[in-house]
Amino acid sequence: MNSPNLEDMGCGTSSATKDKKSEKALKAALVIQNWYRGYRARLKTRQRYALTIFQSIEYADEQGQLQLSNFFSFMLENYTHVQEKEPGLVTRLFGSSIQDKDRQDYLELIEIPDSYCGPRLQFPLTFTDIDLLIEAFKQQQILHAYYVLEVLFETKKVLQQMPNFTHTNTSPSKEITICGDLHGKLDDLFLIFYKNGLPSVTNPYVFNGDFVDRGKNSMEILMILFVSFLVYPNDLHLNRGNHEDFMMNMRYGFTKEILHKYKLHGKKILQILEEVYTWLPIGTIIDNEVLVIHGGISESTDLNLLHRIERNKMRSVLMPPIPMDGDRAEKKNKLGTTTVAQGIRTSGSFSEQLTKQEWEQVIDILWSDPRGKRGCYPNTNRGGGCYFGPDITSKILNKYQLKILVRSHECKPEGYEICHDGKVITVFSASNYYEEGSNRGAYIRMSSGTTPRFFQYQITKATCLRPLYQRVNAIESSAIRMLKERMISRKTDLIRAFQLQDRNKSGKLSMGQWAFSMENVLGLNLPWRSLSSHLVTTDKDGNIDYMSGFQDVHIQKPVKEVQSTLIETVYRYRSDLQIIFNIIDSDHSGLISMEEFRSMWKLFKSHYSVHIDDSQFDELAERMDLNKDGSIDFNEFLKAFYVVHKFDQLTKSDTKLA
Amino acid sequence: MADDRDRDGTEIAVAEFHKKIKEAFEVFDHESNNTVDVREVGTIIRSLGCCPSEGELHDLIAEVEEEEPTGYIRFEKFLPVMTEVLLERRYRPIPEDILLRAFEVLDPAKRGFLSKDELIKYMTEEGEPFSQEEMEEMLSAAIDPESNSVLYKDYITMMVIDEN
Repeated sequence: MNSPNLEDMGCGTSSATKDKKSEKALKAALVIQNWYRGYRARLKTRQRYALTIFQSIEYADEQGQLQLSNFFSFMLENYTHVQEKEPGLVTRLFGSSIQDKDRQDYLELIEIPDSYCGPRLQFPLTFTDIDLLIEAFKQQQILHAYYVLEVLFETKKVLQQMPNFTHTNTSPSKEITICGDLHGKLDDLFLIFYKNGLPSVTNPYVFNGDFVDRGKNSMEILMILFVSFLVYPNDLHLNRGNHEDFMMNMRYGFTKEILHKYKLHGKKILQILEEVYTWLPIGTIIDNEVLVIHGGISESTDLNLLHRIERNKMRSVLMPPIPMDGDRAEKKNKLGTTTVAQGIRTSGSFSEQLTKQEWEQVIDILWSDPRGKRGCYPNTNRGGGCYFGPDITSKILNKYQLKILVRSHECKPEGYEICHDGKVITVFSASNYYEEGSNRGAYIRMSSGTTPRFFQYQITKATCLRPLYQRVNAIESSAIRMLKERMISRKTDLIRAFQLQDRNKSGKLSMGQWAFSMENVLGLNLPWRSLSSHLVTTDKDGNIDYMSGFQDVHIQKPVKEVQSTLIETVYRYRSDLQIIFNIIDSDHSGLISMEEFRSMWKLFKSHYSVHIDDSQFDELAERMDLNKDGSIDFNEFLKAFYVVHKFDQLTKSDTKLA
Repeated sequence: MADDRDRDGTEIAVAEFHKKIKEAFEVFDHESNNTVDVREVGTIIRSLGCCPSEGELHDLIAEVEEEEPTGYIRFEKFLPVMTEVLLERRYRPIPEDILLRAFEVLDPAKRGFLSKDELIKYMTEEGEPFSQEEMEEMLSAAIDPESNSVLYKDYITMMVIDEN
């Protein structure tokens, strides 16, 4: 006979209920967890998509740089023809107006007013000057142009003594810290120094290029780095990045920052800076094992050649060496112009530039990206350098008996990334690079014989992080905004592509057709199907109303009567036009003559195959009445072309030209 | 004839699914070599609108993994499996009302909220427990700072609006 157990007596019902209850609770918990995991995954994906949008657009812009470079080459090749029509124009574009003036000439002309209460540096510089600068910049003070110039002159002098590659050694008690792109984000530099200590003889650093552009404190970062370099020239190592390039600065913001902060002496600073850049070393080699360079390598990378070249002849990625065979010289003489080429470069001519091979070697170092695919391919995203695979990495590292390649150049969500079987490390030190919440920054500490250690961080304005969904919403709307502006700047081409596929003129396309056109015209490799809900309206059959993508965005017309295609074209090419105008305006007055304005537009038009009547352009310039005694204020001209987002009008935050 | 149309319809659907799956996969293919880290596969599957449980996810991963797991999933293996999942409409997402009822089960007294501790207890001890990171993230959005509790009806509404 079974003895009744407690559970069966009296308590029996409640335990069964308890089981049933906990089973229900279990199921409920499962439902909630399941739902939450799905929701969270979709949030993370949206974050990823936003980053992909930012990155694609950034690289497409860099491609635009290459197109501009081709334009300059085109102009040079047609130099004599242009020279006849617009004497002085191309000389101004490509002639170096820098004479190697004695620094005294410059500095003597500058007076520091008594009212200046910013930091005052004492030469020769010591570590107190580093502290002084950091404290001053934390209070948003601006270093006087006099000191800026002094620092630049001194830096150039010291850099000139240095070889193309800095060789340095570590020991277990003396680790070295490697930082990647900073891009003018001063808070990130402060955070690194806070976490990792200031540079010193016992705390060496390598800064791997791209100190400037995009962020708003490029000048302050440069000053801190250069001053630290002057105090500790053997322990603070600087590598040149692709943004240490005066032409890149024109497009990506540093030139503007300088002219804004230094209204009186900005142009002098720009001139000297251009030279200082060319003297920055190409790379750093640690313990004969670790190669630190900004971009990457190619299958033809020749470190011996790179050790030998005269690196200061590399002025800009946009100024490739001019071909100079005998035929060309002949042709030029036939046209009756003598030694035409001499006007182009500084005194002398072709000996002032690198050979084509040397130039390409440097471009590869500054612009290449690692990829998983084996082999070496042109870097079509950026338009310069190449994509290199793990086999290339092995080959080059083995060839020079190196173990690791440390590079930067690409923004990574976690601030760093390891690839190619641990042989390539990417380190990126500008957190929130695209937008608040977009990515973390990182730096590496290493010494020979030990595994590298990674440190990550992320600057946040608030005292605590906003919930994930708010952060994702923020970067997502920012990314979609940028994408819509892209779309509107190619509206005519997009509509043409859509209509070609829309045989029965229904105004609708299938998802596949729409995605195909978007990718083709915009040249952006994006997940169009997933993004479509943000960009266009879809009907119940899944077909896309393609005109709906242009509904809530338009380009402001500076003048009513002008044709939309002209507006669209100027808007689309405004960055390129900005650069060209800035170059023509060699005294940085903000004005160029109407003649120059018109002839530049003509040349631009023909090279970029833009089909717009010249008279239209003239009329536009006239009507905008920016004519000041035969000169045009081109910044005002370009500013007038901006995109209006319909829903912003409620909050009055139109996206103007930066 | 109807059969032919059906077949065409399915072919078109499959082609579109293929493109959708490829897009979602590519975004996580950081090295552009048609592989993703196995730890991101769950995110990819969920981003395509499916809601597998953790257990179901493990089974799916086992199907797409290599014979000898490498830590990476190749697109060639992922595509057919994921296409089946989409065609069969497996792992459908939880409707809003079921979600609400689940919260109500955990709140038998019908107060309209769960305390922070209660939510933590259920989410980290029952079912397929949350990791610390998952728990913290859910709390940061779900907790009403004034009452320090989860007003679940409001929370659900907010999340649903955000998704749409």
